Amino acid sequence: MSALGNIITKELKELMTPATFLPIIIMAIVFGSMGNTIGGIEDELQEPPTIALINEDNGNFSQIAVAIFSQTSNVTFYSEDIAEKEEAINILKEKEGQALLIINSNFSENIENGKTGEFEIYWIMQGAGILDSISSSVVETLIGTVNVEITKELINNGNGSINTTTALSPTSRNETTYFKDKELPGISPGQIAGVLSQQSTFIPIIMMIIIIMAGQIVISSMALEKENKTLETLLTLPVKRSSIVAGKIIAAAIVGLILAVIYMIGMGTYLASFQFGTDAASATAFDISLSSSDMILVGLVVFVSLVAALAFCMLLGTMAKNFKSAQTLTFPVAVLVLIPMFITMFKDFDTLPLALKAILFGIPFSHPMMAPRALLFDDYLMVFAGIAYVAIFALVMIAIVVWVFKTDKIITGTTSFKWMKKFKK
Amino acid sequence: MIAVEVKDLVKHYGEVKAVKGINFNIDKGEIFGLIGPNGAGKTTTLRILSTLLTLTSGSVKIMGFDLEKKPEEVRKIISYLPEDAGAYKNLSGRAYLEFIANFFDASKIRKYVARGVEIADLGERMNSKVETYSKGMKRRLLVGRALMTDPNLAILDEPTSGLDVVNAQEIRNIVKKTAKEGTTVLLSSHNMLEVEYMCDRIALIDKGLIVEEGKPVDLMKKYKASNIEEVFTKVVRQ
Repeated sequence: MSALGNIITKELKELMTPATFLPIIIMAIVFGSMGNTIGGIEDELQEPPTIALINEDNGNFSQIAVAIFSQTSNVTFYSEDIAEKEEAINILKEKEGQALLIINSNFSENIENGKTGEFEIYWIMQGAGILDSISSSVVETLIGTVNVEITKELINNGNGSINTTTALSPTSRNETTYFKDKELPGISPGQIAGVLSQQSTFIPIIMMIIIIMAGQIVISSMALEKENKTLETLLTLPVKRSSIVAGKIIAAAIVGLILAVIYMIGMGTYLASFQFGTDAASATAFDISLSSSDMILVGLVVFVSLVAALAFCMLLGTMAKNFKSAQTLTFPVAVLVLIPMFITMFKDFDTLPLALKAILFGIPFSHPMMAPRALLFDDYLMVFAGIAYVAIFALVMIAIVVWVFKTDKIITGTTSFKWMKKFKK
Repeated sequence: MIAVEVKDLVKHYGEVKAVKGINFNIDKGEIFGLIGPNGAGKTTTLRILSTLLTLTSGSVKIMGFDLEKKPEEVRKIISYLPEDAGAYKNLSGRAYLEFIANFFDASKIRKYVARGVEIADLGERMNSKVETYSKGMKRRLLVGRALMTDPNLAILDEPTSGLDVVNAQEIRNIVKKTAKEGTTVLLSSHNMLEVEYMCDRIALIDKGLIVEEGKPVDLMKKYKASNIEEVFTKVVRQ
C-alpha cells in the first residue's frame, strides 16, 4: 500500500466509528420525518378547506359568497337556520374542519346600503405552531376572494352611488376561536398564534441554552477528572459514588441556571423591544396566560428535565477519554435539544404525526418546551405524564451512572458496551 | 497483627488475565514492596486493594474488612497514591489538601491539613494554584495528601516518581517515619534501590503471579546477589 493509502486507511479507521455516525443517522431520520410533515403542509395548502356554512341571507351578495365557498371548499355542513350552529361546530370538530362561516340575515342589505356585510366566523384551531396556522390561512384567502367578487359586482352593477369604502372592503367579521376546548370570543387564530409565538420561541431557546451549557459542564468535568488524573484519587476517598454523581450534577445545574438567568435578562430585553409586554398583556386579556400554580409546574418540568439532561450528560462524560473527546460528546445532547426546539416552534404536539409525537415525547428535553402551552390550555394530563416520564428517565440515568461508577469501566477506560464492540467489528 | 490479607486474588479484563491468583500478607506497620516488570499486574493489584477495581475471584481483607463486602469501610482507612496522579489545577495546594481532608473526620481537618502542608513542604507556594507547580512540587503535594490522614494502609504507586534525588530521599524518609508511627505501607516501584532501602519485605510479581517473596536481605542471599536489582533480573529470567 502506498504511503498516502496507508494514511487514508488509518484515518478512516479512526474516524468511522459508531460515535461519528449514530448522531447523524438519528438526525437524518428525524429531519426526514420533519420534512414529510412540512411536505404535508404543501398538500394541505392545495387541498380545499373543510368548512361549515350557515346562510341566513337570501340576497345577491350572500349567493356570491356561498357559490365561491361551495366551489373552493369542502362544505361539510350547510344550513339556513342559525339554530343549528352548535351542531355545525360539533361536526366541524369531528371532521377536523377549519371554520364555521355564518352569513347574517342582513348581509346583502347592509352592503347595498353602503355598510359592510358581516361574516360570523367560528374558527376551529388545531394547533398554534407556525405551520399550524396554514389551514386557517386558506380560509382567509377564500374570504379575500369573496370580497373581490363582491367588489366587482358592486362596481359592475352598482347604481352609480357606490360607497368606495364599502366597495373596497365590503365585508367585516366577528370572530370566535375554539382552541384546545377553549372558546376565545373576538380573537382570530392569527392573534393567538402571535401571542403564543414568542413563548414558543423564547422557552425552547432558553431550555436549549441551559441544557447545552450545563451538559457541557458535566461532560467536561468528567473528562477533566480523567485527563488531570484526579478521578482515581476521588474514587478511593470515603465518599459514596452517588454523592460524587449528585455533587457534579447539582453543581452543573446551578451554573447552568445562572447562565440561563443571564441569558434570559438579555433575551427579555431584546424581546421587550418588540413590545413583548403588550403581547403578554393581550395574552392575559385573552385568558391564555399561566397562573402561579402553572408556573410552579413549569418550574418542576424544567427542574426534572435539567436533572435528566445532566444525568444523561454524566453518562456521556464517563465515556470521555479527555477534554477534547468531551467536546464531541456534547453533540448528541445538542441534537436531542435542537430536535424538540424546532418541532415545538413549528407545530403543536397535537397536530403532529404519531411517529413525531412518539419521538417528541420520548426526548426528555421536549417537555419543558411543551409544558407552558399545554398548561395554557389546561392539558394537565400531558404535563403530569411528561413530569412522570422525565423523572423516571432521570432516575434510570442516575442509576446507570452510579452503576458505571461502581464498576471497573470508569477506571479501565471508556465506557463501552458489548453491542458497540460488535458494531465496531 | 495482619493488616492486609490477600488470598488467591484473580483479576481478568475480559479475556486478559492480569492477576492469576496471588497470595500475600502484610503486617501492621510494615512496608511491603511489590515489584515486577511492566504489565506484571502490580498496578492492577494496587487498584484492587484501593477499591478502584473489582476482583474476579479470591478475597482481600484490610484491617479485617472484606474488600468486596465493605468497600466504603475500607476507603475510610486507606490512602492511595496512583503513579500518575494529579490534583485539581484551579485549587491552591492548601485548598486541595482542605478539599481532601473534608472527606475525613471533621474534628481533625486542621490537623490533617497541617500535616499535609508539613509533608509537602512547599513553603509559600502552598497558596499558589496547582497549575503553576512543577512535576516535583505536584508529587510532594500528592504524597502529603496521601499520608496526612494517618491511614491504616497507604498504597503508594511509585511514590518518588518525578522527584529529584534530594526530594526523593526526603519522601522516602517521610514514608519510613509514617510506617514507624503505625501506618502499613504497600508500595510499588521500579527503583530497586528504593525498594531495598525502604521495604521490610518484598514480593516479585511476574505475569500475574508472585514468583518470589521475602526480606530483601534474605532474597539477596538466596540468589547470591549484591542488590535487589540483580535478584529481580535473575528471578524474571528464570
